[in-house]
Amino acid sequence: MELSGGQILVQCLKDEGVEFVFGYPGGSVLHIYDAIFHQDDVKHILVRHEQGATHSADAYARATGKTGVVLVTSGPGATNAVTGIATAYMDSIPMVILSGQVPSPVIGSDAFQEVDTVGITRPCVKHNFLVKDVRDLAETIKKAFYVASTGRPGPVLVDIPKDITDPKIKVPYKYPKKVTMRSYNPVLIGHKGQIKKAVELLMTAQKPIIYAGGGVILSEAHQELTELTRLLGFPITLTLMGLGGFPSPDKQFLGMLGMHGTYEANMAMHDSDVILAVGARFDDRVTGKLTEFCPYAKIIHIDIDPASISKTVKVDIPIVGDVKPVLEQMLEVIKESKSKPSKLALESWWNLIESWRSVNCLEYDRASPIIKPQYVVEQLYQVTQGNAYVTSDVGQHQMYAAQYYHFNKPRRWINSGGLGTMGFGLPAAIGVKLAFPESDVACITGEASIQMCIQELSTALQYNAPVKIVNLNNRYMGMVRQWQEFSYQSRYSQSYMDTIPDFVKLAEAYGHVGMLIEKPEDVRGALEEAFALKSRTVFLDFITDRTENVYPMIEAGKAHNDMKLRVATNAPLDRELS
Amino acid sequence: MRHIISILIENESGALSRVAGLFSARGYNIESLTVAPTEDPSLSRMTLVTSGSDEIIEQITKQLNKLIDVVKLVDLAESAHIERELMLVKIKTTQESREEVKRMVDIFRGKIIDVTAHSYVVELTGQPSKLDAFLHGFEEGSIIEVARSGPTGISRGEKGLHL
Repeated sequence: MELSGGQILVQCLKDEGVEFVFGYPGGSVLHIYDAIFHQDDVKHILVRHEQGATHSADAYARATGKTGVVLVTSGPGATNAVTGIATAYMDSIPMVILSGQVPSPVIGSDAFQEVDTVGITRPCVKHNFLVKDVRDLAETIKKAFYVASTGRPGPVLVDIPKDITDPKIKVPYKYPKKVTMRSYNPVLIGHKGQIKKAVELLMTAQKPIIYAGGGVILSEAHQELTELTRLLGFPITLTLMGLGGFPSPDKQFLGMLGMHGTYEANMAMHDSDVILAVGARFDDRVTGKLTEFCPYAKIIHIDIDPASISKTVKVDIPIVGDVKPVLEQMLEVIKESKSKPSKLALESWWNLIESWRSVNCLEYDRASPIIKPQYVVEQLYQVTQGNAYVTSDVGQHQMYAAQYYHFNKPRRWINSGGLGTMGFGLPAAIGVKLAFPESDVACITGEASIQMCIQELSTALQYNAPVKIVNLNNRYMGMVRQWQEFSYQSRYSQSYMDTIPDFVKLAEAYGHVGMLIEKPEDVRGALEEAFALKSRTVFLDFITDRTENVYPMIEAGKAHNDMKLRVATNAPLDRELS
Repeated sequence: MRHIISILIENESGALSRVAGLFSARGYNIESLTVAPTEDPSLSRMTLVTSGSDEIIEQITKQLNKLIDVVKLVDLAESAHIERELMLVKIKTTQESREEVKRMVDIFRGKIIDVTAHSYVVELTGQPSKLDAFLHGFEEGSIIEVARSGPTGISRGEKGLHL
């Protein structure tokens, strides 16, 4: 079969089983778009800004486990995609970005819409390629999907000069079933000796804790993690990226840890003597002050990326491998082991943990006459019965979502954890809704974040991706304001916008339903009404308490046992800001 | 501590910038870097001199290994190895100093490879410290130009860095 480069590209996507391509056309990719025009197998989703394409593809990948695909043109198309590529990179999301490039003969001449895309994206991709010969195209695409989806996943960019996709030049096409790369062989199975050592340490633990992260979700290891946790009877805490990796209503779950983690999770980490870290990377938002991080603990760390091990925190027993097979191996060793964790020690450990838990650190003023953002998230959880896919932007609302929407299943919580990208939530929700049209998808956002990619409301209409936007509108960049209150004596520098659009009218202008909710007693009804409108995108603008802060909080540079709790501040909960 | 890391890397455009970019992005320092294709033209060998604590060097080797284009690497400083650097030096000469310069070159087992009425070009290889010593042997102002390759190295014994 002889095909042109453009046709090859589209055929590769079909053969790779790609369902959606999120993209935006332009000069350098016109040949490719013409090939897309001639087929129906791969559905192209036209976004309104390339950043939206990357977030939609990224969230599609997070929700399905498949690789997300993006197609953008050269120059500004590629640079607009960079934020989304970096977002996927920081959270290890499998994504393939196809970028057009100016024709090979003019590369380097500052041609129209030329940028060094391979150079610009190099620090924020797992790998990238520049295609120099149309005969290499199919194999390069296969390699891109292979690298993106295996090992520690990540975005891979393929830069394709326009002449490579020239419809006049046809070459034989064959999509390789498999590729091997001599320089890339991720280790999947854990070292037996290390696993044995780890199990021995776990059995001697007096105050153990399991600390699990996004690796559990990426590796589809939630069942193994749940089995292991129940078998050992240990407490477990999850990172922001790990939420859903263990059922959250479970007694053994202590909640999220880190900067806005629960009191019980952070105190248990601080006091623990053995930590089993599973697919987590000791991020600074998790560890707080490194020199005071878990001072009494011996640490076992399972991670597929050797570079994540002992990067910031020295680990005692490293296990390099994919979380799922390593946990399977570990379960086997535990079941065969004659020793068991000390019941007595665990009992007194749990007693201590329960005393921390009884602080009830997530309690807030439920009698408030102003809508509390936490209340909205709790009601959302109830109305959707915990079954919705929840995307978020970045800031206070993101933390409320993580704290108050109790994720029971993996891949339901879709947020930008590592890069912290405002603007992620709406295009992400669209990507998820396209993947699961029958499921409820909510985007928890704020009035600042939502405006960063609001143009995607148009995409949601065009492709019939009805999502529910839960806007926690506090008329501030809430998290910025909170830090300014705590660390800058309430000097609210530029964390406030003087003009916020009428979101109801805006939603209507985009062809959607807008709702304004100003009283706590209207929250439940509005959510029920919105979710009953199955085929419509609904923008719910909740006017929330502008003074509310996210608690608990470990301020930057402080230790796990040095937390700011709501009860300790003595601040009136509905005080007006000075 | 100073480390000398030898890297086998795919001989593809951009491979060098991936390594250089990694060092600048993560704030590691590079003292020197040499690179050339190996006997297998699809592979390049890079020799990189860097310094840092054990933890930093561990991270550097892990991060280098993580680059998709890197096939293999070894930290030569971990075992017995040989290190050599090539230097070309252009030295000002006068009627009186020519003999003295010639003697210095002989002592350091160098070669004079270009001669004019007022200058020599000297070729010298050796440990970087030997090259330093040679340069220190001249008065200020007598050296016109120095070109050094940066060290390259190989381990002692029969084991080698190959596929």
